[in-house]
Amino acid sequence: MSGPKYAGLDTLALHAGSQPDPATGARATPIYQTASFTFPDSDYAASLFNMERTGHVYSRLSNPTNAVLEERIAALEGGVGAIATASGQAALHLAIVTLMGAGSHIVAASALYGGSHNLLAYTLPRFGIETTFVDTRDPQAFKAAIRDNTRLVFAETIGNPGLDVLDIPAVSAIAHEASLPLMVDSTFTTPYLMQPLDLGADLIVHSATKFLSGHGIVIGGLLVDGGKFDWDVSSKFPSLSEPYAGFHNLVFTEEFGPAAFIARARKEGLRDFGACMSPTTAFHILQGMETLGLRMQRHVDNTREIVSFLQQQEMVTAVAYPELEGHPDKALAGQLLPRGCGAVFTFELKGGRAAGIAFVDALSLFSHLANVGDAKSLVIHPASTTHHRMDNDALVAAGISSGTIRLSVGLEQAADLVADLKQGLRAAEKVASREADQ
Amino acid sequence: MKIQVAGVSAYCYTNNREIEPDKDSVVFVHGSGMDHTVWTLFSRHFARHGRNVIAVDLPGHGRSDGEPLGSIEDMADWVIALLDTLEIAEAAVAGHSMGSLVALDGAARHPERVRAIALVGSTAPMSVSDAILDASAANDPAAFNMLTEYGYSKRHLFGGNSNPGMWMVGSTLRLYERSRPHVLHNDMNACNTYSAGLERAATVRCPVLMVLGKGDRLTPLRGTPPLQQALPGPRVVVLEDAGHSLMTEAPNLLLDALREFL
Repeated sequence: MSGPKYAGLDTLALHAGSQPDPATGARATPIYQTASFTFPDSDYAASLFNMERTGHVYSRLSNPTNAVLEERIAALEGGVGAIATASGQAALHLAIVTLMGAGSHIVAASALYGGSHNLLAYTLPRFGIETTFVDTRDPQAFKAAIRDNTRLVFAETIGNPGLDVLDIPAVSAIAHEASLPLMVDSTFTTPYLMQPLDLGADLIVHSATKFLSGHGIVIGGLLVDGGKFDWDVSSKFPSLSEPYAGFHNLVFTEEFGPAAFIARARKEGLRDFGACMSPTTAFHILQGMETLGLRMQRHVDNTREIVSFLQQQEMVTAVAYPELEGHPDKALAGQLLPRGCGAVFTFELKGGRAAGIAFVDALSLFSHLANVGDAKSLVIHPASTTHHRMDNDALVAAGISSGTIRLSVGLEQAADLVADLKQGLRAAEKVASREADQ
Repeated sequence: MKIQVAGVSAYCYTNNREIEPDKDSVVFVHGSGMDHTVWTLFSRHFARHGRNVIAVDLPGHGRSDGEPLGSIEDMADWVIALLDTLEIAEAAVAGHSMGSLVALDGAARHPERVRAIALVGSTAPMSVSDAILDASAANDPAAFNMLTEYGYSKRHLFGGNSNPGMWMVGSTLRLYERSRPHVLHNDMNACNTYSAGLERAATVRCPVLMVLGKGDRLTPLRGTPPLQQALPGPRVVVLEDAGHSLMTEAPNLLLDALREFL
């Protein structure tokens, strides 16, 4: 008997969780577009409701198409299980409400996607859950912010807008020392670029809308349970370690062991909050995930070419990409992200807001929109869009300047993207010169 | 529930129900390095249908204290001691892999206490490769990986779990990783050195069910005829689409087989 021969990521991306359809032999995963499933008899029905048998009851709780997607992301991440949700935000919410209730506290990195920041900073406090935001690059700041009622440490694998690389080994060690799980948002990195569970993370959320899908045609989220965290080690997680009146006093850690978290999230959070994914959406995400490895490598290759091009441009004052000399996380990125640092980055344009607007408007191949991770290249000028209400001082506080441009580099020919950027830079230069003359 | 067996705290899952000695009882015994959670679905079913269910954590495993027991005979005696503690006169015993040897040995040496046995993913003798023995002796995670990989049929290494959203390979690996140091090696060694299996099988007098996976790569189907022939007319169910991890690879078909028999 030789050593283990688990399939590699590219193989799992195509096959994990799926089998030819037992009913028809269909090779592709069918869309089981149904709300509910019949029971062969009453005892069988009771056994499904009572978790004695495996199967499907109602598509809010589980669905065969969604199950393939869930199993596939769990396989790619090396976890024990996953849940597909209506959006990435729904996945984040599901994780939080599974772990805690009113009176709890979260320590989160300050460099977060705006939607996540809104949920933590403004919405959850209304429900009694507070968050302390800390410098992503300072593991000791995470430690200092932990309180007795803290129940989760949360950060993105690569944060916005400065592409802060999370030191997962250090931050997870701090979280674990306090008997807390570390959850990461791995949307920008995907399992191709980083395996957060191997580095120490316990839970992963994805916006599957982005690189996992690659096509930008659906909204979806995924929540992955690594199965490594010991929820019984403290009394901090009664939702998992104490009897649950909502299911005949079931104790999830007792009955499901390493899968306690994901079981509770499905049996309670998905059941009661109901932010489930449509089976058709799951199908679309699966199509994208089949080519995840190929696409991510091309995203990274194109990004490196464009980063290199932009560094040489007179109109560009700075490029923030962790592989570059001078980026504060270069060494860490080399350690944690050996395949590359993704395809979303920012750069600074001379000429302020007007130049930024001119740059974006002059592009024809890059699509101007508020998304990332599409197969097509995307651009946004935060000062005139997502952060347009902020004055220059407020922008600086948010780590953005009036000339900050964010690119999400797609899969086009790199030369065509460079040509498009040249066009934008020429337009920006004209505006900047005009403003300088005035 | 937590109880004392031979002066050591032991855990067994009972579906939160009191044990009633006058009810039929079913004991579930896990395999090497595992714990009671591998039997959760099945335990819940038999509990709802009015049985006492006792899904054990063998000493040193899961939530049970103590050192792991060094031989299959010791484990079988421990199960009988557990029945004594619970004041259960006789029980059916279902065991998986190493647990099946415990059931077999208990039925052979304590026939008055064991009314039926279900041997799931079983064979005798149950030899273990040097690679696994050596890796487990060194507490090398390679042992977990080898057992997980060969614990599934080739098809199920790519999943296809009927339990929605669960990646069965990852779940098994995590259970192994949770085992305490040296426990897996203890169990592997106990299986490997249990040489009395066929001899004991010939003395079993209670009804026997064997549920085997056609794609089993740890206790291959082709190696099971000696045990089948030694046992007294066992009912043999071969599940086509399963390997060694029948509780996760074919939970509903396994439950059907157990329901008919237990």
